[in-house]
Amino acid sequence: MKNASILMIVGSALLLGLFVFPMWNIRLGAPQYPEPLGIDIHINGLQGESEFDIQNIDGLNHYIGMKVLPKPDEMWEFSVFPKVVLSMAAIGILIGALGLLGKISSVWFLAWFVIMGILGALGIYDFNLWLVDYGSDLDPNAILKLVNPDGTPMVYNPPLIGHKKLLNFDAFSYPRLGGIMLGIGMLFSLIAFFIGRKATLKAN
Amino acid sequence: MKTFIKINTLLIACMAFIATSCNQGGDSSNGALSSNIAEKVYVAPGERDEQYAFLSGGYSGNLTVYGLPSGRMFKEIPVFSQFPTSGYGYSEETKPMLNTSFGFIPWDDLHHPDISQTNGELDGRWIFANGNNTPRIARISLSTFETEEIIEVPNSAGNHSSSFITENTEYVVAGTRFSVPVPQRDMPIKEYKENFKGALTFIAVEPEHGHLDIKFQLLMPGFNYDLSHPGRGKSHGWFFFSTYNTEEANTLLEVNASQNDKDFIAAVNWKKIEEYVNNGGGKKMPAKYAHNVYDESTHTATSTMKDEVLTVDPSEVPGAIYFLPTPKSPHGCDVDPSGQYIIGAGKLSADITVHSFDKMLAAIDAGNFDGDAYGIPIIKYEDVVAGTVQSGGLGPLHTEFDGKGNAYTTFFISSEVVKWKLETWEVVDRQPTFYSVGHLMIPGGNSRKPHGKYLVAMNKITKDRYLPTGPEMEHSAQIYDISGEKMQLLYDFPTHGEPHYAAGCDADLLMNNSKKIYRIDENMHPYAIKSPSEAKVVREGKDVHIYMSTIRSHFTPDNIEGVKVGDKVYFHITNHEQDFDVPHGFSMIGQGTSEILVMPGQTKTSLWEPKRVGVWPFYCTDFCSALHQEMQGYIRVSPANSNIELSWSLDE
Ligand SMILES: [Cu+2]
Repeated sequence: MKNASILMIVGSALLLGLFVFPMWNIRLGAPQYPEPLGIDIHINGLQGESEFDIQNIDGLNHYIGMKVLPKPDEMWEFSVFPKVVLSMAAIGILIGALGLLGKISSVWFLAWFVIMGILGALGIYDFNLWLVDYGSDLDPNAILKLVNPDGTPMVYNPPLIGHKKLLNFDAFSYPRLGGIMLGIGMLFSLIAFFIGRKATLKAN
Repeated sequence: MKTFIKINTLLIACMAFIATSCNQGGDSSNGALSSNIAEKVYVAPGERDEQYAFLSGGYSGNLTVYGLPSGRMFKEIPVFSQFPTSGYGYSEETKPMLNTSFGFIPWDDLHHPDISQTNGELDGRWIFANGNNTPRIARISLSTFETEEIIEVPNSAGNHSSSFITENTEYVVAGTRFSVPVPQRDMPIKEYKENFKGALTFIAVEPEHGHLDIKFQLLMPGFNYDLSHPGRGKSHGWFFFSTYNTEEANTLLEVNASQNDKDFIAAVNWKKIEEYVNNGGGKKMPAKYAHNVYDESTHTATSTMKDEVLTVDPSEVPGAIYFLPTPKSPHGCDVDPSGQYIIGAGKLSADITVHSFDKMLAAIDAGNFDGDAYGIPIIKYEDVVAGTVQSGGLGPLHTEFDGKGNAYTTFFISSEVVKWKLETWEVVDRQPTFYSVGHLMIPGGNSRKPHGKYLVAMNKITKDRYLPTGPEMEHSAQIYDISGEKMQLLYDFPTHGEPHYAAGCDADLLMNNSKKIYRIDENMHPYAIKSPSEAKVVREGKDVHIYMSTIRSHFTPDNIEGVKVGDKVYFHITNHEQDFDVPHGFSMIGQGTSEILVMPGQTKTSLWEPKRVGVWPFYCTDFCSALHQEMQGYIRVSPANSNIELSWSLDE
């Protein structure tokens, strides 16, 4: 149980990486952008990979009538997510510590993992909603109004994960270090649960 | 019988051809070898060159930037000439760059670029260049690749033995080719001898920003000072100038200045003169010369007229200057990477004369001179000469080095580059040039540490090298691989203007410092606007100032009314892009100036003096985006007495 608890503490603490490193990244490359433009999605806002990338993406997006990328105060997520993550990290560390003191069983670790999983899924769902809205809620007076072969207006939401072709751009969407640390942290809590359970079973 | 002779001749010719092919080891059109050569200069699409080469443009007044080994031209940097491509010398901000004591001079003859050095090695901060005609020295930034400073050189004429720098860029040196009365005055030309002076000017380079300031002018005898180079390593602190016309002829110089068997290389101990000057030596003389500085943060040049220069009479600083006799009107005056050898290329001779710095010091110590010229001691030829290169060529001009103990000299008359060994003075290879090579360049070849892989020969005569383009053609240059024992001709390319000297360096030295954009938040131009929403039009009497913004793909404002005939309309255009390689341009119908090209984050001003009533369009001259054609606007010009108020708008 000692090892399991330590793993739980470390796993929960890994969530704090989200306050330092970006969670996700969307990169846009094109023939005339040999150095791709990139958006780092942090838990508390968007940041250009290079200093002027956000401005330059907005500049390109105005041709197809996309809204400008949101500032931190324009999306509730950027103020709520940090609170949720901080709370979950604190709770995880707390139950890990209680486990270490032998006050609680490893089922708590599983409970934490499940809650974190639900919150994560909600987060990804919300992120996807935003991507779709951002890519399809277009200015009717846009300079370029492109339609699909079936006549429906073309949309430009980047992929949730992986690669997608958007006109002349190749869009790539992948987790970055903060997001990877989150994943590893969750994995640790799950492993902590199994190790803890094994230890308990053995003891009995 | 006739046929037999023909065949026989043909056979002999063929054999001769094969023989020379063998001798020259691979510059012929042998198929396998050619493809090997092609690989050496082939820079695949998307790949980049190994080295930068900065070729002077001569009478173009500008500097061109090339890549080696491909010979591709990347940029023409306007320096001494108006340049409609960017608006240099036309925009209100850059007009002051071409100001001189003679007023605005739209042109010059740019000769000898030299890259700044630290400890005798290229440091890639700036490149200096001289204007030959109206004597000027320019400093060009190697992060923006733009001209940042031009200082006029008073008391000079034909600013040719310039713009070479000392090994820590303490000074950029400018020597006069034509001696003139100093100060200028109304006097008979015939009284040249003993009356005219040759000014050698030492311009201090401020170490942090590179700002130029004339430290002193050495007023030398009335010879022609042709080329110069700094001492380096052991000879750091000295500067060497080749001279011709020590006869002091003032007419038909091609004959009268070719009479003396030997002219001189003047060895100047500038450290000694610097000390003399720092201790209050020298004489201040009234002199009018312009000093023009471009400020990157305001994107604006200012011109200041100076009125005084410190002159030094050589006789006042004994032991600072010596003459080294050098045969036959030497042109090139080059110093090897160790600083030991000073190479004088007597342009009317077959041989190259090499002087020894150590021998020179020993001769000075011994005090055994061959008389003097105007009080300047002449060292005995045999006391200073280290050796001569029996070149077998004719008309040596300029020597550079590969850092491996070899020297390479151009021969104008015999049209070739000759490779020879320092210290043994033996010729090890020769290759023809096409045709009549003037100067050559090995990147870093004029420093302690040459990057001796390629050699560029810059020719004066083109003739049949390219598809003909009428009587006037670009000059031709050749690239040789000098990494082996024998030189190998790799490639031939036309150059812009007339390259005299060139300077080069490894790509790594510059490519990562090259600026991509100017930051709009650092733009301190007095007429800049920080965002398009600040766009406005202001009238001050007859002057109308338009604070205009460009961003893909519109001008703000793009409709302006209330301008009148007789106004002076200043378009102050700020490019609000902050993306690499997205300039916008501006041009106005009937405008008596060039367009301007405004880089991201920059502000430039274009002046328009409307002469006719009407509604006149302007547009963006740079194909900035898919909607470039839409990037346009209108200005309504009303009669001079009209009451129409100024108004401006975008999308209203
Ligand atoms: Cu444009």
